[in-house]
Amino acid sequence: MSETVDARGLSCPQPVLLTLSKIKELGTGEVEVLVDSDVSRENVSRAATSQGWAVHEVIERADEFHLFLKKS
Amino acid sequence: MNVRSNVFATSAGIIAVGLAIGVLAPLLQKLGNPGNMGICVACFERDIAGAVGLHRAELVQYLRPEILGFVLGAFVAALAFGEFKPRAGSAPLARFVLGICAMVGALVFLGCPWRAILRLAGGDGNAIFGLIGLATGVGIGTVFFRSGYGLGRNTRQNYGLGLLMPALILGLLILRLVDAPIPNESKSGVVFYSLKGPGAQYAPLIVSILIGLAVGFIAQRSRFCTMGALRDLILFRHWHLFSGILALLAAALVVNILLGQFNPGFAGQPVAHTQSFWNFAGMLVAGLAFALAGGCPGRQLFMSGEGDGDAAVFVLGMIVGAAVAHNFGLASSPAGIGPNGIAAVVITLLTCLFIGLTNVQRKAA
Repeated sequence: MSETVDARGLSCPQPVLLTLSKIKELGTGEVEVLVDSDVSRENVSRAATSQGWAVHEVIERADEFHLFLKKS
Repeated sequence: MNVRSNVFATSAGIIAVGLAIGVLAPLLQKLGNPGNMGICVACFERDIAGAVGLHRAELVQYLRPEILGFVLGAFVAALAFGEFKPRAGSAPLARFVLGICAMVGALVFLGCPWRAILRLAGGDGNAIFGLIGLATGVGIGTVFFRSGYGLGRNTRQNYGLGLLMPALILGLLILRLVDAPIPNESKSGVVFYSLKGPGAQYAPLIVSILIGLAVGFIAQRSRFCTMGALRDLILFRHWHLFSGILALLAAALVVNILLGQFNPGFAGQPVAHTQSFWNFAGMLVAGLAFALAGGCPGRQLFMSGEGDGDAAVFVLGMIVGAAVAHNFGLASSPAGIGPNGIAAVVITLLTCLFIGLTNVQRKAA
């Protein structure tokens, strides 16, 4: 997993903006997004899904969420 | 580890929350709150500023329990669902100043975004200009975000710091209970009360508190935000939050018609003026300030209940902004804009643009 977006500590809409810009840049593949609030987790998931990406795994670790987004 | 699901964050959830607020707000008006002001975060924070003597505009002094309920309801919801996360440190002074600007703009229009929608739902055509201004201001904000604007990351804070804002709000609620209004007295203990005007119009205490708590709870769960609704629509073409404010408008319209509170027109609307350009410009400033600060005034209250110290600073900025607006003659009245309202719009707009421009960062994520 090389592509990572670190949106911890950022508030709306920045986590979504950073994620969208990364997945547009990649087109397809896998991205790991780090956020630290439920709101960002929901917003990033919703935005990624709307772009045809799947949220294939979410890991909660020490009050942070690691979202694994995928599009093949 | 499975992440808990949140029904309120679904499409149906946000619409249900919008509908609930749309029903409860006109009901609060029916039960005593001012016209087309069942809920208005800006007006009510302004009334709180008056109640504690930060300004002495005699018509607008009341320790509004709804606002206190919003913060405490969101606090309870955040605790109950493991979302109480004390955080702060993202450009607090910028947020404080944006809060002042937001309140000054809102008081030129005479309402926050929630009230702009409620005014429209009550038939007040002047609200259309305010809503266009709001969308324009938020639209300008999205240009900043597209250019890399941000106020920087917050950092985790200790539990006690997160409790400060809910504790402060609880203190105000205790003050409202201890220094309860006395008929025909403009002061009770240390708290000021209005004898006439909007500040003297309020729903029964228990109703206001319970509705405030309920709205705070469901709004925290759903992330209901009027500014976010416009921003996400403009920036991402996302209708999610916008569907919530459409539901609020629809429900409030129906309830107002049923309760006989729908009076279409422009002149003589309650707590409103007809200077269309300044209705537009005031809300433009407010919309830009909300966008740059990341939330409408309601959302800032809910986030402050979740332990977000930056949102709390914005709220305090708004309360101080209300005092500035009334002490310096910046706030409008039903007669029109205040004596220094035009200067206020120009200065606050320039201030917001300054904060926007100086916080555009080079893309280095």
